[in-house]
This record gives sequence, structure tokens and C-alpha cells, in this order.
Amino acid sequence: MMNVVLAKTESGKVADRLFARTSDRLPGSGKVAEARRHALETFEREGLPHRRLEEWKYTDLRALMREVLPLAPRPDAAALGRARGALTSIAINNAASLVLVDGVFSPELSESPGAGVSVRALREALESGGDLPSTRSTDAMVSLNAALAADGVLIDVADGVALARPIQIVHVATASAASHFTRSHVRLGRAARATLVESFIAAEGAKAYQTHDAVILSIGDGAELSHVRFMADSADAANISSEFFTIGAKAKFNLFNMTSGGGVSRFQGFVTLAGEGSELSINGVNLLSGSQHGDTTMVVDHAVPRCTSREIFRAVVDERAHSVFQGRIIVQPDAQKTDGKMMTRALLLSNQAEADNKPELEIFADDVTCGHGATAGSLDEGLLFYLRARGLPEKDAQGLLIQAFVGEAIEQIADENLRDFAASQAQRWLEARR
Amino acid sequence: MPLLEVKDLCVSVEDREILHALSLTVNKGELHAIMGPNGSGKSTLSHVIAGKPGYEVTGGEILFNGEDLLAMEPDERAAKGVFLAFQYPVEIPGVATMNFLRTALNAQRKARGESEYSTPDFLKKVRDVAKSLNIPQDMLRRGVNVGFSGGEKKRNEILQMALFEPALCILDEMDSGLDIDALRIAADGVNALRAPERAMVVITHYQRLLNYIIPDYVHVMSRGRVVKSGGKELALELEESGYAQFDDAA
Repeated sequence: MMNVVLAKTESGKVADRLFARTSDRLPGSGKVAEARRHALETFEREGLPHRRLEEWKYTDLRALMREVLPLAPRPDAAALGRARGALTSIAINNAASLVLVDGVFSPELSESPGAGVSVRALREALESGGDLPSTRSTDAMVSLNAALAADGVLIDVADGVALARPIQIVHVATASAASHFTRSHVRLGRAARATLVESFIAAEGAKAYQTHDAVILSIGDGAELSHVRFMADSADAANISSEFFTIGAKAKFNLFNMTSGGGVSRFQGFVTLAGEGSELSINGVNLLSGSQHGDTTMVVDHAVPRCTSREIFRAVVDERAHSVFQGRIIVQPDAQKTDGKMMTRALLLSNQAEADNKPELEIFADDVTCGHGATAGSLDEGLLFYLRARGLPEKDAQGLLIQAFVGEAIEQIADENLRDFAASQAQRWLEARR
Repeated sequence: MPLLEVKDLCVSVEDREILHALSLTVNKGELHAIMGPNGSGKSTLSHVIAGKPGYEVTGGEILFNGEDLLAMEPDERAAKGVFLAFQYPVEIPGVATMNFLRTALNAQRKARGESEYSTPDFLKKVRDVAKSLNIPQDMLRRGVNVGFSGGEKKRNEILQMALFEPALCILDEMDSGLDIDALRIAADGVNALRAPERAMVVITHYQRLLNYIIPDYVHVMSRGRVVKSGGKELALELEESGYAQFDDAA
């Protein structure tokens, strides 16, 4: 045996120190602690992702995020009070909320989603000997998340259960200049039906924080999941969210992500179609202004035959903001009769706005229907004039066209209530432009 | 005071002068037809009155009820009562026709300091007008002009005219792309809107339209100028002799 000395990157060393300082605060011992150490080593080698990595080409975290901030303190009563005050901004009709304040599950602010669902905090599960939900990802940020995840929620919807109420996981940040790491697991049993919302918001005064979240979901055979995400962090915050979906046979999965907040954000979703005959509808809207950087990256892996996937993404980019959309569709050799389509369009509202669209198809099967399209442009002058000639002031005319533009993605949301909520969030963004 | 006074209007597009010292006066209650060959500047005149970007006014003025129209934004002009029925109405996917009509009408009313229409009043008004123009209800639920035929698009323009009740209606090549039945429906819609307080300017290449919409005055444009004005008989004269005679005059 020879000793191998691993070269540590600068941000890796920082994380190392962070880990050393906080590991006694992290729940789990034995194999969990071992898994954390292993994940930390992966991150130490890689450091923060940078532009020379193909997957992170447009979102260089070394330049945009620079460092990993110290962990936020455990929220006290005052923090919980501020978190409670922020919840109204994301109040969704009839939803049962599971609230994480600065990355810590808060039973006081949460409510039970009802019969047929079990909910448990990750910290509690780890402290009583449970495993850390894991992925096979080697992504540096997913590894860092595994090393430092302090809490999260474990949701299990039993076979055949159709939930009457949506479940909403709400992440509220109250501490400034601090980071929090959460990791959650959601299992939807066979033929179960659920609506899952995940929202990211800031309490008043929470500034320049970092949210690091990972969610691992498995959707059983014949199950239906409608999953809607709202990334509405404060304008100078960073949010790195990763989600991993494994989908059984004859299942339906409807995903929508809206990024309207955050100074630097990345939502990366990895979908594996593991059972035949399933249908995916994956959609998203980025609404960015100021100097915001918003990245949506989706990888859809058709590993089995006869699945369909439809993806519609819209970005509205104002001022000096930067929107990134990367969409990869992989069709494995066995995945015959795959039908995968992806369309991404960006609307640039200023000369300094930037949008990068990177669609990729990797097809290894021969009997498939796949396609993608990408466009970027400004508002159509002819349409604007028509509306203005009918009496709409310039901003109103622009607003109507922008609403219609993002509407094509919002309309794909399966749940009507959430569709209306997403439309109202977009409307709120438009009104703030005036 | 005339409703519309165009005085010595000079307009350029990318340094090329399209209108040369054009003048036109329209009073309330009158219907003027502007005829002329392609490229004579008819549509340019309608666009400049409505405020379309891309035209440079290098001389002259346009007064609307005595006010400087050229100083106003397109939406202000609409609120003051200027309406342009487009030659090619645009399609706006994702904006339902009903939502568009309500938004536009209320924007105009708000600009004039009037209260917004209540929903039942608005719906009744739209339904009544749509019925008279043979516009089916499902068309109003679709995106603005999306999937409409040429005739349906023109009828949608007239529907808006009826709804907004403008003081000045400019109809740019209303007859283009319409068969005779569609033309008749559109013309009936226009005629129903003729009123002592309202003026209309009908721009057309062909005399045909003027069999259905009878003008009080006819103006012939050629190469950016009005080269001849007269009564409705001038249109018939043009039908006989064509526009070639005016090329020399211009």
C-alpha cells in the first residue's frame, strides 16, 4: 500500500475547516459520519465548480460564489418569529407546510399533511441510526451537501394513497452571511398521487446567505407527482439546489421550477426514467433582473423504452441579469420508442441582459423521436406597437407580452391552484418592474 | 375646428423622404377615401398618424382636435380617439382576445380619467358587437388573431373600433385579402359606426371597397403627395382611367 496525498483546492480547504469546526453539530455517527467524510473528500478534490467544467461552464461558482460561508446558528425564538412572518409571501391554498428555518426543521411552524403520509425530520432520523439519503452523483456541490447536511425532511407517501392536500417544503432564511445545508428524501408509493411544492424565501433582513439543498425522490409504478418549485430568495443570496428523481413504470411526473429570486442560483435536476411507459412534463421559468444569475440545468435519462418527455423553458432577462438553461436528454441503447422534446426560449429586455441556452441530445437507440429548439430575442416591435395603438402604455404592453411568453410554460403545471399561484408570482415580478 | 389637420407633413424612413409636404383636413362626420398606387405613401400616412416607430417627421405637423398629435405616445393617441385598423393585424399567442379587449378598453378609459367598465357591462357590450359582426364567441377566447382567417382578423379590427368608439377611424387597406362576402360584412360593420361625431379615413388601392363604403371625399395620392381631391365620383373616374395619369402630375 502506498499513501496517496490528495491535492486540496482552496475552497476544499475552506470546507475542510468548516467541517472540522462543525462536524460535532452534524447528526449521525458511524456509517453516516463515514459517508460525510467520503463526500467531503470528493469536494476537497474538486473545490467549487468553475467554468472549465462542462456542466458548470456558464455558472462559475468560484467567480460567482467565491466561498462557502460558515453554517448559520440554530434559529432561536426571534428567528422563528421572523420566519413565521415571511411565510405569508408563499402561502399556498390548502397546503400542509413543512418549514425549515436556516436549514433546521421547525415542528412549531409545520403541520402534518394527514393520513397516509409519514414525515420525519432528517436530523431525528440520523440521530436514531438512520442513513443519510444518498445519490451516485459525483458533483462537487452535491458532495458538499452530503458532507454538511444538518437537517431536512423524509416524506413517505404509502402505496395507493392520493393526497388531498399539497405538501409544501418551505426553506426560510433568517441569518445573514451564513450557509445552510439541507437534504430531503421523498418516496411516492405505487399508484400514489401527490402534489409537492418546494419554496425558498428569505425573512425580512436576511441578506447574502447561502442555501444548499438536495432532494432525492422516487416515484413508484403508476404514481403521479406534480412538483412545483419557487426559488424566491433575497436578491443577494445564493441557492444551489439539486434534485434526483427516479421514476417507475407508467408513472406521471409534472415538474415546474420558477426562479425569480437569488443573486446566484442553480437548480439542477436529474431525472432517471427507470420504468416503461412513463410521461414527463418538465417546465420552468426564470425571471431575472438587476445582476441576478439564474441557472436551470436538467438531465433526463431515458434508460428504458416507451417513455415520453416534454420540456418547455422560458427565461425573461432584464437589466444586467444572466440566465442559463442547460437541458440534456440521454436515450440509452435499450430505450426504443422514446419520445423526447425540449424547447427553450429566452426574452432579453435589455442590451446588457444575457441568456445561454445549451440543449443537448445524446441518443444511443435508433427508433426514437427526439427534438429540441432554442431561441433568444427581444420583444416583437410589431406586437408592441399593435398593443400601444390600442391604448396600452409601453410597460403594460410589454407586461402583457411577457405574461403570454411565460404563460406557455406556466400552463403546463398540472395543478390548477398552483398554476394560478405561479401566474400571480410572475405578475408580481412584472409589477415590480414598473 | 377640424378633427384632423395634417399640414405640410414631410416624413422620411432611413433618410429617404416618403411623404412630401402632404396636407389633409378631416372634419367630424366626414368619410374620406385615400386612394393611390402601391408605394404612394398611403400606409405611411396612416402609420405616422397612429404613432408607429421607425418614421422620422422632418417637417409639418398633425393636429387632432387642435392638439399636437406628433408629441403624443401611440397609447395617448388611442386614448384621445385615434384608431388605426391594421392592414395586417398581428397574431398575439397567449393573450386571450377577451383579456386584450378589456385591458385595452380600460387603459384608454383610465387615461381619460373615466372609470373602468364593470365586467357584466363589458361582456354584454362585446357580445352584442360580436354578434352584429358575425364573430363567434369561441374566437374571443382564443389568442388575439391566432388562427383567424383574413376576414376574421379584419372583423376583429372592426369589433375593436365598435368597442373603443374612437373619434377618428383610419382603415388601412381593409379590403385586402377579403372575398366579396367577407368584404360586405366588414363594410356593414364600418357603416354602422358612421356618426356625426366620428370621422373615417379609408385607405384603399381599389375602388371596389367604395361600392360598399360611400365616401364624402376622395383623395388621390401619388409619390408622397395628394395630387387630386374630389367627391365620390373621383373614385369611379380612377376605376376607368387608372393611376397612370397622376404619375406625371407627381
